[in-house]
Amino acid sequence: MTIPATSPARPGTIRGDEAALGRGPWQLRLPAAIAAAFLVLPLLALLVRVPWSTLPHLLTEPIVGEALRLSLICASAAAGLSMLFGIPLAWVLAHASGPLVNLLRALVTVPLVLPPVVGGVALLAAFGRRGVLGRPLDDLFGITLPFTPIAVVLAETFVALPFLVLTVEGAFRTLDSGYAEAAATLGASRWFTFRTVVLPLLAPAVLAGSVLAWARALGEFGATITFAGNSPGRTQTMPLAVYLAMERDPDAAIALSLILLLVCVLVLLLLRGRWLTGAAR
Amino acid sequence: MTRYPRLVAGSGLVALLALAGCSGGSSTTSSSSSAGSSTSSSTSASTSQGGAQGELTVLAAASLRDVFVTIGKDFEAAHPGTKITFSFGPSSGLATQIVNGSPADVFASASAATMKTAADAGAVDASRLFARNSMTIVVPKDNPAKVDDLSDLADSTVKVAICAAEVPCGVAAHKVFDTAKLSVKPISEEADVSAVLTKVSLGEVDAGIVYVTDASSAKDKVQAVEIPAADNATTDYPIAVVKDSAHHDLAQQFTDFVLAPEAAKVLADAGFAGAGG
Amino acid sequence: MRRQQQPSSGSAPGPALRAHVEITRPGERTFRLAVDLAAEPGSVVAILGPNGAGKTTLLRAIAGLSRLDAGRIQLGDSVIEDPAAGVRLPAAARSIGVVFQDYRLFPTMTVRDNVAFAARSRGASKNSSRESADQWLSRFEMTAFADRRPSQLSGGQAQRIALLRALAREPALLLLDEPLAALDASIRGVTRDELRSYVASFAGPTLLVTHDPLDALLLADRVVVIENGRVTQEADPATIASQPATAYIAGLSGLNHYRGRADRAHGSVVLDGGGRLVPASLPTDPGEVLVALAPSAITVHTERPPAGSARNTWPGTVRSVQQLGDRVRLDVIAEPSALVDVTAAAVAQLHLAPGSSVWLSAKATEVTAYSAS
Repeated sequence: MTIPATSPARPGTIRGDEAALGRGPWQLRLPAAIAAAFLVLPLLALLVRVPWSTLPHLLTEPIVGEALRLSLICASAAAGLSMLFGIPLAWVLAHASGPLVNLLRALVTVPLVLPPVVGGVALLAAFGRRGVLGRPLDDLFGITLPFTPIAVVLAETFVALPFLVLTVEGAFRTLDSGYAEAAATLGASRWFTFRTVVLPLLAPAVLAGSVLAWARALGEFGATITFAGNSPGRTQTMPLAVYLAMERDPDAAIALSLILLLVCVLVLLLLRGRWLTGAAR
Repeated sequence: MTRYPRLVAGSGLVALLALAGCSGGSSTTSSSSSAGSSTSSSTSASTSQGGAQGELTVLAAASLRDVFVTIGKDFEAAHPGTKITFSFGPSSGLATQIVNGSPADVFASASAATMKTAADAGAVDASRLFARNSMTIVVPKDNPAKVDDLSDLADSTVKVAICAAEVPCGVAAHKVFDTAKLSVKPISEEADVSAVLTKVSLGEVDAGIVYVTDASSAKDKVQAVEIPAADNATTDYPIAVVKDSAHHDLAQQFTDFVLAPEAAKVLADAGFAGAGG
Repeated sequence: MRRQQQPSSGSAPGPALRAHVEITRPGERTFRLAVDLAAEPGSVVAILGPNGAGKTTLLRAIAGLSRLDAGRIQLGDSVIEDPAAGVRLPAAARSIGVVFQDYRLFPTMTVRDNVAFAARSRGASKNSSRESADQWLSRFEMTAFADRRPSQLSGGQAQRIALLRALAREPALLLLDEPLAALDASIRGVTRDELRSYVASFAGPTLLVTHDPLDALLLADRVVVIENGRVTQEADPATIASQPATAYIAGLSGLNHYRGRADRAHGSVVLDGGGRLVPASLPTDPGEVLVALAPSAITVHTERPPAGSARNTWPGTVRSVQQLGDRVRLDVIAEPSALVDVTAAAVAQLHLAPGSSVWLSAKATEVTAYSAS
């Protein structure tokens, strides 16, 4: 078993596996085709309705650029915050036990089922000018969060965080504790082990979770417009722009959706490309 | 290692889903209208099947909800055997439905421009104005920024929410500021009137501009500060019979009824001004 | 590193291991481990036993990966765990290198970073820890693998890197958990030779957990046999091989093993299971006597052999015939029953088959009798 022979052989085997999957039973292939068509057809239908002639004009409108920029920045910040706080939360959920932890686990999934508008109202109740935390923030430091880009990030983080936490928690649970034991016998502290051994092993799950969180944040509408309001250039993200455009000019709304969609797909493809090269290294 | 890219590809699809979810989310506000329209369409279907005379589907602007429910009951009482199904929503959304052939008999809009859209598409008969709405300032009950008149809104420390320029109430708010030659920088341009009312009643903003009728229906949560008539902007409410209506005569009777004195009183009670004034 | 260049005897002796380990695992059948263990610096102690005997539990307890219920572990002068005194050093603070059965090389790191890990976790800079890792790699002639990932190593290479990683920690005690079990039989021999040379250069005590008697015999200075949570024999490898204390240990070296009592009048041992055997000599200790007899030391006859040729002759019936490499093993029911190794030619010549009546004979010099205590 020599190494040069095994490494190049691997992609070939995988491709073989995929080919085998493609020849799978029709009981799987048929529903798979229906699922794919169900997802793709509305997107194609949207493409058909795009007013291609006005598209270049729309793209150059400063308000579209601003909304797009704000969307990307805020969604990325929300994904970053989700990682920063979501990974530790996932760790706690995966390693602790007891009724309190079970309750916490249930609560983490609440933003997934809560209508986002209600989430926005909840955020106002907590961080609003007269909110539980918002009032002391305002009284003591003169900080008000609603109607700021920070509020956009918070609203997006609120709905995106569960995606990351649930993905990473699952990975923590299936992680082989043997590696952490090996690290301990080599003299590593628990924190050093977490950073250098555990986290790299979790990288695929963290990546998947943060891509999910990012995408959810990018499409966030209800919580954002409720908690952060709609102020062009400040809190108006693409979904808000799309919604308001729908009121006046449905064609423009479709065009804006298309832009958001293309940017999203582009970023994911780039990310995938980077990850591919990173993995091949 | 080779499974990472697959993971990402998978997440990519989910991301597209989430994107689609965004547009789904954006329609939550208008979902009541789509749900309403689905009821109305089923009603129409039963109408054409059973031939039960006297069933009407009325699409009306959301701000007409309270008054039209009352007027509808009055109409049903005055015309035994008739049944009216309402679908309330944003005027622009309703116009889109009618232009796209959604079965309906009467369209009552909160904006002349929206009615024009429907008329230009040949979807409605000639329209008539039946009511007029004007704007008012609303402040939280305790009025934290001490807003007494319109000019206070130009103060940069006063947080003001108005409707977005894309919706009629936003157009009207801007018109008010232009007429009064005030430079107001709203902190938020909300998607609809109810969002402005929510922000004011929660105290998240110091003042908002809404329709008089909205202020009167929410008077236990907010306090209204009048806008001088000279500066105020009005919105016209036109009503028209839908061209493809299956009950053209009955639809015409309903629009006449809305323009009649009894209905005018209901409208006036809710804060609407008469079409003439 | 110094240990690599100098024989262990020449360097300052490391600390000795003294351990009394008691662990109770409640369950359907409560498992209780109670073992005393000592290992001198520079020596290799094999912990041999069947699966489920508690070998790995013992090793994990010493490494600090499982808690003692009672007992005491001492490395040199320092007590690293003593539940009664409330002392428990965490695994990371024990200066014990462990090679796990499945190696547990970090899959996200290169071989070099795996070897550099111990230095990194002590706070050494990335560069200096990689430099010292490279020195270890070159000393073990593994430099060519430095940039590989563990997934790109063969089993033998991975085992060497795992050992290297543990040694690079410069531990006071080395623990090897079934280091050869994951390897193909074809390369186990070569890898075992390498392992012996590396372990020989280690100055501290080495504990080697294994279920393979060959590992214990070839690598260890002393063998501790554990069965069902208890030490059943502790001796040098030669004694373990020739004078097994239990049927399990006898089975490991393929010996026929009997219990009985000395009949000093006749110079023989009366066996518990029936029959008697005359050994070369009787143990002087009173009490139970164990007797070991190699299958190859027994001769098979189809007729009663003439008197005087061998001190022990007895009749029996062949129960089974089995090919074992270049020999044939017969299972003979007799008093005492015995496993007998003969050549394939003999089987053909004597027409041996299950059910054949045979006579067995063994010289007294081939029969070892020893005290059970």
